[in-house]
Amino acid sequence: MHNPKLVIKEVSSSYVHHGRELPVLNAVSLHVEQGEFVSLLGPSGSGKSTLLKIIAGLLRPALGTVILNGKELNGRTVKMGYMPQKDLLLPWKSLLYNAALPLLVQGTGKKEAYGRVRKLLPVFGLEGFENCYPSQLSGGMRQRAALLRTVLIDSEVILLDEPFGALDALTRERLQEWLLQIWEQFKRSVLFITHSIDEAIYLSDRIYMISERPGKIVLEQVISLPRPRARDIVTSPLFTEYKQILMKSLANESI
Amino acid sequence: MKKWGSTGANLSSLAFLLLLIIVWELTGRAMHIPEYIVPAPSSILKVLLNNMPLLWLHTKTTFYAASMGLVIAVIFAIVLSAFMDKVKIIKKTIYPLLVISQTIPIIALAPIMIIWFGFGILPKVLVVVLVCFFPLAVNLIDGLENVDQELVELLQVMKAGPWRIFKSVQMPSVLPYFFSGLKIAATYSVMGAVIAEWLGASAGLGIYMTRAMHSFSTSSFFAAILIVVVLSMGLFKLIELLAWLFMPWNRVKEE
Repeated sequence: MHNPKLVIKEVSSSYVHHGRELPVLNAVSLHVEQGEFVSLLGPSGSGKSTLLKIIAGLLRPALGTVILNGKELNGRTVKMGYMPQKDLLLPWKSLLYNAALPLLVQGTGKKEAYGRVRKLLPVFGLEGFENCYPSQLSGGMRQRAALLRTVLIDSEVILLDEPFGALDALTRERLQEWLLQIWEQFKRSVLFITHSIDEAIYLSDRIYMISERPGKIVLEQVISLPRPRARDIVTSPLFTEYKQILMKSLANESI
Repeated sequence: MKKWGSTGANLSSLAFLLLLIIVWELTGRAMHIPEYIVPAPSSILKVLLNNMPLLWLHTKTTFYAASMGLVIAVIFAIVLSAFMDKVKIIKKTIYPLLVISQTIPIIALAPIMIIWFGFGILPKVLVVVLVCFFPLAVNLIDGLENVDQELVELLQVMKAGPWRIFKSVQMPSVLPYFFSGLKIAATYSVMGAVIAEWLGASAGLGIYMTRAMHSFSTSSFFAAILIVVVLSMGLFKLIELLAWLFMPWNRVKEE
């Protein structure tokens, strides 16, 4: 029965800087189950984004393997729902085109692709803006558009790299709640990168804590808060308990 | 909505120009300045009207050389910059030479072109190509260098092919660079053609100007200058229009 969607096995990576080799990741292992929301929590510069790029096949690990659906990837790019830190919408295309991009790349006809995007616009709170260029949208809307695009990538695993990192606190909280609703609807496996403890606890089924560079998994914490989660769950005793555990671990790491 | 041509002449500068022309006309009359030293605007206009067919003939020749040279320069610049972007060693080798070549004065090149290729249209076109090529190539190379690699990676993760990536990322991000290079090149093109004709030609505004100088017909000379200005401005405006048409996303920025 144990059949994880995505497995990262002993992945190490380094990059060369001024002729010196700097280790970035140190034998990182983790897994994401079918339909599970997993967060990778760690300080900035812990190689989280590097790990995501390795999973997406944009970088090759020095050591270790990435296994998707039981198949080794070995640095091949497979189609992944990958959403980097920046929203990366094409500035010269309308929201509609941007969101439909993965479908268009697949070879879906324009009409059908746009139709599918239009159906999802209300869910993502973007109706009425489909003909706007990204420069005309707010930061929150751009992130939602990028997420809509990510959801349309036909893959069972979604990789999110601090998608709300650049937003103000209020927009961020709203988008977290909204992301949970979306996730419950689409039930994809998610690997979510963040450096916010609260965000990780609120969203996840399980959290991996990664240390500063070279990144190493130092803690795995199951979050058994009930779902669906309301916002006020962040004041519950269990939430606080998790927060204490993670904070302590983070404090130990950064010394 | 940004309107086409909003960067060009505005009402106040037009009014100022008109004022200068009036002052010019009046001082010329009041101080009895001889026609062959500074012709009055009215006599320049008279030359323009009286010599319309002849001037038109010369203008056509110059315009032909300028536009032909410009088109060839555009093609060369696109091909070379694409090569330089694809193969870095070509760029390393050629780019510095390209810069050095720009320090050779065109006025010295034109006679050599005439010695090599005679008094026909070919040496003029070549001079125009040489003048226009540099701003175009430099801008295109800059543009290709500044393509957002993360956008390219994003499309790679979606498994997009190279043509799709070129069409939806590289080309649109290079377009603004291309058009700013083209604007400079277009104004240079008329100037280049006139300089080449100046040093020897059977027709063209350049040769018309030297003839006018030799016969002390200063008003004809000024009339030719006026045509050169109008021609260059016309090309410049045409390119602004093309930029406006091809980059609709740039129109919404100044809301």
